[in-house]
Amino acid sequence: MAWITETFTTSIGKKILMALTGLSFCGFLTVHLIGNLTLYGGQDLFNAYVEHLHSLGPLIIVFEWGLLLLAIIHILTGSILFFQNLKARPVRYKVNKNAGGRTLGSATMPYTGFILLLFIIFHLLDFHFVDHTTQTVYQIVSNSLSQIGLATVYIFAVVIAAIHISHGFWSLFQTLGANHPKYMPLIKNIGILFSLLIGIGFGFIPIFIAFIA
Amino acid sequence: MTKNINLTLKVWRQKGPNVKGRLETYYANDISTDMSFLEMIDVVNEQLTLEDKEPIAFDHDCREGICGMCGAVINGRAHGPEKGTTLCQLHMRHFSDKDVIVIEPWRARAFKIIKDLVVDRSALDTIIQAGGYVSVDTGGAQDANSIAIPQEIAELAMDAAACIGCGACVAACPNASAMLFTSAKISQLALLPQGKPEAALRAIAMVNVMDKLGFGNCTNEKECEAECPKEISIINIARMNREFLKAGLISTVK
Ligand code: HEM
Ligand code: FES
Repeated sequence: MAWITETFTTSIGKKILMALTGLSFCGFLTVHLIGNLTLYGGQDLFNAYVEHLHSLGPLIIVFEWGLLLLAIIHILTGSILFFQNLKARPVRYKVNKNAGGRTLGSATMPYTGFILLLFIIFHLLDFHFVDHTTQTVYQIVSNSLSQIGLATVYIFAVVIAAIHISHGFWSLFQTLGANHPKYMPLIKNIGILFSLLIGIGFGFIPIFIAFIA
Repeated sequence: MTKNINLTLKVWRQKGPNVKGRLETYYANDISTDMSFLEMIDVVNEQLTLEDKEPIAFDHDCREGICGMCGAVINGRAHGPEKGTTLCQLHMRHFSDKDVIVIEPWRARAFKIIKDLVVDRSALDTIIQAGGYVSVDTGGAQDANSIAIPQEIAELAMDAAACIGCGACVAACPNASAMLFTSAKISQLALLPQGKPEAALRAIAMVNVMDKLGFGNCTNEKECEAECPKEISIINIARMNREFLKAGLISTVK
């Protein structure tokens, strides 16, 4: 079975791991966003959705541990790639100029990724690892997001996620070898649309809770 | 229209591989805009020689964009600011009077500096030696047209084969990755029937050697494709990834 480690520890193998875990996160964010849209329907609808989610029982546990595993792979592999890439150019250029390939998203992948890691830890401490016996999940969410400071943190993190995805989405297809002259323009447009949807969809939740609900 | 311009050059000078280098300032006066960039350096070197100073060492050979020997980073751009040209094809008409031009060598851990702007690119040859060839048995030559190759495939293979191995992709890559170079060769051979028998072996061998040489990992920044003097597309990198995955996961090659 050495061929498995031999394949996935190469440069391309590690990129494939980034692409597959990144694709899974895109899928997770889609489901997460659809679920969270129930917040716009008010307290009862949202709590009913949470109730429904929790009633899935063991399935939810499997999903949570699965996501954790994917996150560990994505973060560890991403960190290895980042440090290898730094080492690959020990003496840097005095003058740096882009030829037009790089984008805001592509140039900041490791940094936006790191901010996302910090945010995810904060987000779990804020919503997940808190007392769920005396308050409903809606109360937890609205207590947090109605504070302007915390709402700002959430909006900032969502914008960072949108920037990460603006490069990550098309990039994962390229990495997986799915670059076809007929389909690549479409994939790039879907990636931009998807990152905007994630940014606007999640980004308006704190605004809605803080100022409207 | 030809005119003469005066330039300030800041050139990377380094006596040898293991000594510290630094940017030195030189003045290139009365440079005709009809000159190529390398001819401009020739003029500066003549002047340095007359002053009994060490001329600037730089690589060059054909001076017409086909050999891949020349190359330097000009104001942060590999082979200078023009698209689809090598440094020897860059003309001074793209610069203006009183410009300050910073000239640096290709920078990558896998490309050691030999002297000034001359770097050792033999790492690229090492990648080719790992599998960038087809094994041809001897015997009676078959008819040249006995293997039909669709025009579309021949064109794609030719586009990949246009690589002159100058190393600008590595120099321009924010990660000093050699994936555009490696993928061009893997693609050229994987596309053609003659290259198919060894495709799996080649993909695994070339990627492993590329990794060992200390190049970085591609993060799809597309800077290589933007700087490549032969405008080789990153679609070749996607093909290399497919070839590597096929070889690693489906073929029986280890
Ligand atoms: C919801 C969270 C996240 C999503 C949706 C996501 C998605 C993606 C995607 C799709 C890619 C592209 C893979 C490729 O280039 O083939 C990627 C790359 C990357 N991600 Fe994330 N990611 C997330 C969180 C993180 C976190 C927490 C980190 C923390 C370290 C991170 C670090 C990176 C890095 C460094 C890359 C670049 C790897 C490369 O280009 O080779 N990401 N991400
Ligand atoms: S000297 Fe041959 S390509 Fe420039």
